[in-house]
Amino acid sequence: MIQLENLTKQFGAGAPVVRSVSLRVADGEFLVLIGESGSGKTTTLNMINRLTEPTSGRVLIDGEDARAGDAVSVRRKMGFVFQEVGLFPHMTVSENIGITPRLLGWTADEIEVRVHELLALVQLESAAIVNRFPAQLSGGQRQRVGLARALAARPKIMLMDEPFGALDALIRDELAADYRAIHDKLGLTTILVTHDMTEAFLLADRIAVMRDGELLQVATPKELAAAPTGDFVKRLIEIPRQRAEKLAKAMQSA
Amino acid sequence: MSDLFSAGFANLPDYLGQHVLLSVSAILLGLAISLPLAIAAYRLAWLRGPSLAIASVVQTIPGLALLALFYPLLIIISAFTTDTFGFGFRALGFLPALLALTLYSMLPVLRNTITGLTGLDPAIIRAARATGMTPWQSLTMVELPLAAPIIMAGIRTAAVWVIGTATLSTPIGQTSLGNYIFTGLQTENWVLVLFGCISAALLALVIDRLLALAEDGFAKRTGWRLWSAFGGIVIIVGISLFPLFGHAGETITIGTKSFDEQYILGSLMQDRLRAAGFATARRDGLGSTVAFHALTNGDIDVYVDYSGTIWANEMKRIDQPGRVAVMAQMTAYLQKKYGVLALGSLGFENAYAIAMRRAHADQLHINTLADLAAHAGNMTIGGDYEIFSRPEWRAVTKAYGFHFAKQRQYQSDFMYRAVASGDVDAITAFSSDGRIAQYDLKLLPDPKSALPPYDAVVLISAKHAHDAKLIAALKPLIGTIDLKTMQQANLMVDRQKDKRSPEQTADWLAAKIRR
Repeated sequence: MIQLENLTKQFGAGAPVVRSVSLRVADGEFLVLIGESGSGKTTTLNMINRLTEPTSGRVLIDGEDARAGDAVSVRRKMGFVFQEVGLFPHMTVSENIGITPRLLGWTADEIEVRVHELLALVQLESAAIVNRFPAQLSGGQRQRVGLARALAARPKIMLMDEPFGALDALIRDELAADYRAIHDKLGLTTILVTHDMTEAFLLADRIAVMRDGELLQVATPKELAAAPTGDFVKRLIEIPRQRAEKLAKAMQSA
Repeated sequence: MSDLFSAGFANLPDYLGQHVLLSVSAILLGLAISLPLAIAAYRLAWLRGPSLAIASVVQTIPGLALLALFYPLLIIISAFTTDTFGFGFRALGFLPALLALTLYSMLPVLRNTITGLTGLDPAIIRAARATGMTPWQSLTMVELPLAAPIIMAGIRTAAVWVIGTATLSTPIGQTSLGNYIFTGLQTENWVLVLFGCISAALLALVIDRLLALAEDGFAKRTGWRLWSAFGGIVIIVGISLFPLFGHAGETITIGTKSFDEQYILGSLMQDRLRAAGFATARRDGLGSTVAFHALTNGDIDVYVDYSGTIWANEMKRIDQPGRVAVMAQMTAYLQKKYGVLALGSLGFENAYAIAMRRAHADQLHINTLADLAAHAGNMTIGGDYEIFSRPEWRAVTKAYGFHFAKQRQYQSDFMYRAVASGDVDAITAFSSDGRIAQYDLKLLPDPKSALPPYDAVVLISAKHAHDAKLIAALKPLIGTIDLKTMQQANLMVDRQKDKRSPEQTADWLAAKIRR
C-alpha cells in the first residue's frame, strides 16, 4: 500500500506546486492521477520514488517511510515509465532492459533469461530486437522496451508519467490495453499520470483529480461520473462524454 | 644538402623520443587534472565560470612566455624546498616544460567535457536516476559514455596543441623536435628548420588521426576503432621512447647559448666527452642568464661562457683591470661562490664590439667609439635581444655619452644583415663572428676600455669540478682556438654557400686543433 500524507512541494520561494496531498493506493490498485499541465501531478508522482524530495509531508510504502532508507534502493523497487522513455542510446535493447537487475547484482544468465521473459510480456519479437540500439526502433517499440525496463527487477509498484502520450492513436490504445492486462496479470500497484480523461476512464480503478497542486476528488470512474464534486471535475468528466456524442453523430450522418 | 639531412636524422631518435615523452606526460597529467575538474564543474555549476576563465587566460599567454615563466618560478620553489625540506629539483628542462604544457592542454579538455556533459538529454539523466543508479553509476555508465565523443574531440585538440607547443621547450633546456627549429634558425640552416617543423607536424598529424579514430569509435560504439586507435598510439609512443632507455649510467649535460659559436663548441666538447666514454646530453639554445643559473643549479654540467659576461652580469663589476686580472678574479669568484670550475680560456675572445659598414665609417671618419659619439644622435643602432638591458651597454653609453636616435633588436643573424643593408647604421656585433669579415664590417676600437674582455671560458658545474676524467677530456681544448680560427668556423655555419652544420664544423675544428 502507498500512502501520501500531507505531501507538499515548494520550489525555491515560489508558490507550492503540490499542496498537502493525502492519498491511499491499495495493493493491486490502478490509480490514475489526472489534471491539466501545472496541476502538480508529475511532481506528486516524482515524490513517491524520491526523484523529488517533498518540502513537507511523507510517503509511506507498506507503512514504512520512503525517506527512512536511501533513495536509490527505493527507486530500484519501483518501475518508472515516462513519456520521453529515456532509453540509454549507447546501450542495446537487452542492456537497457537489464539495467536495474544489473545494478542489483543479478548474474548475466539471470538477466538474459529475464530479458527474454520481459520481451515476451511486452509482446516484442525478442530475437529480432535484443541487440538493436534504441535509435533503430519505432516509437511504439521504444515505449514497450521502456516498459520492459521498468518491470525488469520485478517491482510491485509502477509509476507512469504520461507513458503513452507521445504515441500514435492506434499504438497508444493497444499499448494501454496491453499494459492494463500486464498490471492485472502481475498484480501490480500502478499510479499513472495523464491529462487525458478518456484514458483515465478506460484504465483506472480509481481516478484522482488534481488542480493547482490540490487533490480535488478521488473516486472510481463510475462514482466520478455520477457525483463529480465542483465545476472543474464536472467539466473534466463531460469531455469524453461530449466527444463520444459528437463522434456518434458524425458517424451517423456519414 | 644531403649532409644536412643526415645530420638531422642522426638526432631524430633523441629529439623525437624526448618530444614524445614530454608531450605524452603533459597530456596525461593535463587529463588527470582537467577531467575531474570538468566533472566537478558539471555537478557544481559555480565552478564552471572560474575554471573555464582561468584555462582561457592561460591560453592567451604565448606558448614561449608560458614555458619561460616556469623557469624562474621553479627556481624560487626549489630554493624554498631546499631551505625547508632539504631537497631541491631541476628548474630547467623537463619539469618546467611539463608544467607549462600541462596547463596549456587544459582548456580544450575542460571546455569539451563540460559542454558534452551539460548538453546531454535531460530525459536520459532522469531515466538513469529512475532506474536506480547512484550519481556515480549515472556518471560512469551513462553520462561519460554519452559525452565521450565530445570529450575525445577536446583531447584531440589538446594533443595537437601540446605536440606543437612542445617545440618551444628547447630554450628552457628541454630537448624536443624544437631543437631542429631553434638550431636551424640560429645557424640560418633552413633545411634543419623545415626538418623540425615537418617532423613535429607529422607527429601531431598521426596522433590527431588516431585520436579521431578513437573519437569515431566512441561515437559509433565500435570496439575495433577504439582498440586500433589506442593500440596505434601505444605503438608510436613505445617506438619513440625506446631510444631513451638505451644508455645507462651518468649523463653529462652540455649547455649552449643560442648562437652558432656555442653550438659548434657544444658539439666539440660533446665529441670529446663521448670519446672519453661519457654519456652526454645537450641543452641547446639557452638564454645567457638561464645558462649560468642552469650551471650553478646543476641542470647542466658544462658550457662555454665569456669572462666579460660573468664580470658584468654576475659579479656586477664595472671596473676594467685588464684581460688577465678579469680572468683570475672571475675564476676565484666562481670557485668561492658556487664551487664552479673555470677550466680556462679556449684562446679567443668573443667580445661585444660596435661594428659599422667599412665604407660608411670611413666616409664619416669614424675610427673608434670616441668618434662615433658625435654621430650617434642621427643614427639607428641594432642589437641582439639582450645587449640593451645588459650592464656593459650602460657602461659603454656612459663612457662615450652615446645617445642613439633609435634602437632596434634583432635575432643575431638578422642583425648583421640589417647593418650590411643599411637598415641600421651600427650594430653591437660579436667579435668572433665570421660575418664581420663576410660583410666587410669595421669593428670600432674601445679606447676608454668601457667594455670588459670576453674570453671564451669552459665552465664546469660544482658537481663535476673535481671529476678528473671529465677535466682530462676537456683540458686539451684550452688555449687551442685563436680568434681567426673561430671566425672561420663560425662563418662555415653562417654562410649560405657550402653551408656546414655545427656538428660538421666541430669535426673540422677538432682536426685543426690536433694539427
